[in-house]
Amino acid sequence: MRLRSFILGALLVLIFFSAALISYVWTPFDITQIDIKLRFKSPDFTYWLGTDHYGRDMLSMLMIGARTSIAVAIVAVGIGMLFGVPLGLAAAAYRGRFLDEAIMRGNDLVFAFPALLIAIMITAVYGPGALNAIIAIGIFNIPVFARLSRGAALSLWKRDFILAARAAGKGVTRISFEHILPNIANLLIVQGTIQFSLGILAEAGLSFVGLGTQPPIPSWGRMLADSQTLIYTEPQLALFPGLAILLTVLGLNLLGDGLRDWLDPRLRHER
Amino acid sequence: MLHYIFKRTLILLATLFVASLVVFVTIEVVPGDPASYMLGLNAQEDTVAALRAELGLDKSRPARYWTWLSGLVTGDFGTSYTYRTPVADMVGDRLWVSLPLAIYALVLATLIAFPAGVYAASRRGGITDTVVMALTQLGVAIPNFWFAMLLVLLFAIKLGWFSAGGFPGWDAGVWQAMKSLTLPAIALALPQASILTRVMRSSLLDVLNEDFIRTARAKGLSRRQALWKHALRNAMVPVLTIMGLQFSFLLAGAIIIENVFFLPGLGRLIFQSIASRDLIVVESVVMILVLAVVLVTFAIDLAYAWVDPRLRGSR
Repeated sequence: MRLRSFILGALLVLIFFSAALISYVWTPFDITQIDIKLRFKSPDFTYWLGTDHYGRDMLSMLMIGARTSIAVAIVAVGIGMLFGVPLGLAAAAYRGRFLDEAIMRGNDLVFAFPALLIAIMITAVYGPGALNAIIAIGIFNIPVFARLSRGAALSLWKRDFILAARAAGKGVTRISFEHILPNIANLLIVQGTIQFSLGILAEAGLSFVGLGTQPPIPSWGRMLADSQTLIYTEPQLALFPGLAILLTVLGLNLLGDGLRDWLDPRLRHER
Repeated sequence: MLHYIFKRTLILLATLFVASLVVFVTIEVVPGDPASYMLGLNAQEDTVAALRAELGLDKSRPARYWTWLSGLVTGDFGTSYTYRTPVADMVGDRLWVSLPLAIYALVLATLIAFPAGVYAASRRGGITDTVVMALTQLGVAIPNFWFAMLLVLLFAIKLGWFSAGGFPGWDAGVWQAMKSLTLPAIALALPQASILTRVMRSSLLDVLNEDFIRTARAKGLSRRQALWKHALRNAMVPVLTIMGLQFSFLLAGAIIIENVFFLPGLGRLIFQSIASRDLIVVESVVMILVLAVVLVTFAIDLAYAWVDPRLRGSR
């Protein structure tokens, strides 16, 4: 059962990553070609998923949309890890001292702002756009990774092999990066998968309300927003972008669960 | 306990202070002058200056921060640049849509999650458990605004049971108002119900492995009696924590869902204010939402410490 859902997750993720990569070299149709005569076509053998209100091929739009979603989510998770992990490691290394307290209180502060509010404030200031969405989602990822790394690192600091490293004369920074980091990498990968799926949902949500990716760049959230006004007459337009988000996020979550079980054998027989 | 409350209150106040500073600084660096924006391109310079003075924009930043902060404390949030009405009144009206929506969604999520989680845990590994877990995977992965659109498609357009959007106001009667909040609340509740079901289930399973459950079973209680009499109470602590955290997600999630259903809540207000550069409204709404989140977290921390005295000493 577990293995099956892991394979399903991996397969879904593979499909969407391939779609995004292939879209760089090939899409079934050119989405910059607007042909109003072709609009609202139902799925057929030429247009597999039909066409939208500008007569653009839905499949091509979704493929390029996958690119947008994945790019935003990767950079946002990257920001979270790049800042969060060193902060968490530092907090653990100087546990109980001022630096630890300052980092953790800073974390609490960011947690007090729901991610969406940060995004809204940033777009209110700098205007909507994919870059601002990335920054907003990324900022919210920082405390997630900081907290995770601190918690995991704290238990490692008590272990004998760290004591041995200290006895060998290694400094706090070297121990953190040479011994602690490799040992918490598993956890970071699993959390990364989860944050990745949350990032895709967040990007879709922000683009849906017009704060994320701006036209003409296709984005799944944006496509759903466009379909909302047409839902009475052309409800099928809302179907495929939503399914794309659902299946990608589902795939990432299943993959993350599977990875966690696989990387942490203790969990294999639980739950 | 008293010492713990005191310490937590200090942290609460510090968090709010820093949050207010962050909000103010972020919003204040916005390029563009609200006064000239409101008066348009052809405005006379002295008219703009007069409006700036009226809005208090000619004062220094620290002075404006102080006015805003002391206003927040006394409940005076200033006056909207565009509507020329007190922000407190505008927020008050909208809060009566967003807050009931969030609470409605939380109640729905709880009503779904508790039975589902308990049932799945009590039939662990069985077919029902598998189905419930599969459904929660879907529930977590579905974007709630898309789910909202599907609900509109089915229940408003196809079946005509609910209206597709809008809010008649509480004056139209509680029944009518609740009815128009039902689809939005379901859309908001679904992902949270899925998360809560999973937490409920795994928390119960953890407790069911504890020694005192084995003792209860050894005493002669059936598995089900042990679950209801002993396990459930003990499994509630993590569940309550997650519920508290979810409230802030629901309040924030309402911002997007309100846009799908054209509900006149805080979410719509915030987007309108961004569009019209009505910064004082944006500032105040963001601050109120942060306040709500921080207060709920504070309340959970206290409840947690009250339930589990071991937690008072740490941190």
